[in-house]
Amino acid sequence: MKSEQSALQVRGLTKRFDRLAVDALDLTVRRGEFYALVGPNGAGKTTTLRMVAGLLRPDAGTVAIFGIDALAEPVAAKQMMAWVSDEPMIYDKLAPLEYLEFVAGLWGVDPEVAHRSARDLLVSLGLEPHLGERCEGFSKGMRQKVALAGALVHDPSLIILDEPLTGLDAVSARHVKGLLSDRVRAGSTVIMTTHILEVAERMADRIGVIAAGRLVAEGTLAELRQQNGRSDTSLEDLFIALVDVEAAA
Amino acid sequence: MSSDAALTWFARHELRLAWREWLAMMTGGRRRRKRAVAIGLIVFAAFMHIPAWAVIGRFADLRLPLDKSSLIVITASIFLAWALMLSQAIESVTRVFYARADLDLIMSSPVKLSNVFSIRIAAIALSITAMALLLSTPFVDVLVIVGGVRWLSAFGVVIAIGLSAAAVAIAATIVLFRLIGPARTRLVAQILAAIIGAGFVIALQVAAILSYGTLSRFAVLTSDAAAAIAPGIDSVVWWPARAALGDGEALLLLLLSVGLVLLGAVMAMFSASFADTAVSASVHAGSGPQDIRPKTFRGGSRQQALRRKEFVLLRRDTWLISQTLMQLLYLVPPALPLLRSFADSSTAIILITPVIVMAAGQLAGGLAWLTISGEDAADLVATAPLPPARIIRAKIEVVLIAIGMIFAPLVLALGVASPPQAAVTAVGVIIGATCATSIQLWFRVQAKRSQFRRRQTSSRLATFAEAFSSIGWAATAALALVVPTAAIISGALTAALLAATWKLSPRRG
Repeated sequence: MKSEQSALQVRGLTKRFDRLAVDALDLTVRRGEFYALVGPNGAGKTTTLRMVAGLLRPDAGTVAIFGIDALAEPVAAKQMMAWVSDEPMIYDKLAPLEYLEFVAGLWGVDPEVAHRSARDLLVSLGLEPHLGERCEGFSKGMRQKVALAGALVHDPSLIILDEPLTGLDAVSARHVKGLLSDRVRAGSTVIMTTHILEVAERMADRIGVIAAGRLVAEGTLAELRQQNGRSDTSLEDLFIALVDVEAAA
Repeated sequence: MSSDAALTWFARHELRLAWREWLAMMTGGRRRRKRAVAIGLIVFAAFMHIPAWAVIGRFADLRLPLDKSSLIVITASIFLAWALMLSQAIESVTRVFYARADLDLIMSSPVKLSNVFSIRIAAIALSITAMALLLSTPFVDVLVIVGGVRWLSAFGVVIAIGLSAAAVAIAATIVLFRLIGPARTRLVAQILAAIIGAGFVIALQVAAILSYGTLSRFAVLTSDAAAAIAPGIDSVVWWPARAALGDGEALLLLLLSVGLVLLGAVMAMFSASFADTAVSASVHAGSGPQDIRPKTFRGGSRQQALRRKEFVLLRRDTWLISQTLMQLLYLVPPALPLLRSFADSSTAIILITPVIVMAAGQLAGGLAWLTISGEDAADLVATAPLPPARIIRAKIEVVLIAIGMIFAPLVLALGVASPPQAAVTAVGVIIGATCATSIQLWFRVQAKRSQFRRRQTSSRLATFAEAFSSIGWAATAALALVVPTAAIISGALTAALLAATWKLSPRRG
């Protein structure tokens, strides 16, 4: 596959803290794909995505975003992507619209376009009654929605989300999932880590299973079933089987 | 567990929390440093006896009966200590209301809440008093060694005023809650805590300058005018001073009883409603003013977006408002000679330069921490399409612009009275602010803005370097006006200190 056809291409990505967190990982995510990265706690999912987003410097390996070497040209790569962590990092003293104005300014989006897009996003996430309130009184779910709106306001081509549904109620989670699906339909690429296997099963085009810093399985749900010789099993059963095998190894 | 056992357990829990908080403050959160900190504290306490001896040693021979001027000086010193404790206690009480994460756990536990919160009130009083005892020990030691064991009663006075300061702080904060609501109380209490400690000294200095043309507060306290309006020798006003001088155990016991009764009364009156107050604080702590809606998004460069965001956050920062007010308050006494110099050519005007330079350095250090280290959305800024150097530059620009906006009017006013002095002051402000900002840059860590109170714990070296840099440049600016040759030496020493700090900093290279 040519690198230009892939939204993300990771080769030999390695990171060691006090132990090896990511072990020479190879990963390719296609343009316009919804890719779910699943794995047990401490498997290296968040570390991998933080390196892709430019928040951590890898010890070895390469990261290409739409063919751009993210380690050599970080600014050009960052222009095309957005990062949302499980712990929403927003400013307590800013109102949601002010926060989105700041994010749009950082990404150099035309103010008029950004204003329209910001309002639409906040309204679609059910935050219209709170547009003018400071975020300091917001619940975790509301903060997560503001952070997500911030990630989408500059219309990124690659959206990287680390456990984005944590702390969201059922209605909000459905809003977020709908928003992400719309983005994928519009041509964006989404990479998401999640512990909610049902979400991965239902939303993702392809699923990567990571354990001990390595990709142990990858493919559509049907492909994963085929690889493991279990034709009608759920992702949860597949996941447990794959992770157990890796742990035993 | 019986009710008594539960309370004893809770008291132990509170003490353990207070102890660990203090330990974390001293060690910067690093457990391995405990031994080094213990040795450091012993050495520091021993060293503190030298300045204590220099300040208070000459008063050790004082004995009753004393003249009114001496009683006024001792009483004023005790009142100053009380005001400082009150300031510290208000700060502690607001922290308990707004920052403790265990309220849900406590309130859902099967214990009587009024008892639990009585213990929490007692824990506040105990920690304030313990800190006061710790700080006063070198001074009382000197008095005991030089003047005899009768001075041991001064420890009793410290305990009595510690208890009363905690009681007044708790009562005042809860009354504020009821009068102006939880959201405003936080801001008002922070400002009160910041200015109460300084207010008394500043008021004395203002009086001294206006009446005697000197910055010494003792000029007012020892004046005939003060003695003339002071109450008679037998007045209750002098009881703390007399008790500290060892005037009978009965007086000391009486003061301790007053402190305990005050605290007990506060516990009885407020512990039952303490829970409601704490809950409403946690519920309302987040609600800010409504309807902040930018009609249209503003354009501009990415750095402009960063600068705009920083300015909005600084403007909405209650800590910053209280600290800036305090800095400006400290500028009042030395600003008085400036005002008077428009009428006559007083040389006291020189005093304003070091104060301005020092205030600029201190404020720049705080602002730099808030903008550089206190980034609440660190991931967002780090993933933005901007080189890190430009992000840092935008943040430094914010600090320097803010310092310029605060201090430029003062320097301009000084320029009307004395242009050369204004030029020296301006250079001092620029160098002092730049150095303080640089130190924060070299020692930057990722933190939340709400952790500002603990910024000193991340690096003691940075804290001391920032303080010495501000003092050094303030001294250099003052010397440049009177003894220029000495200013060169002072400036070189301060620059050497900064170079050493840079050498030891984690960001070197």
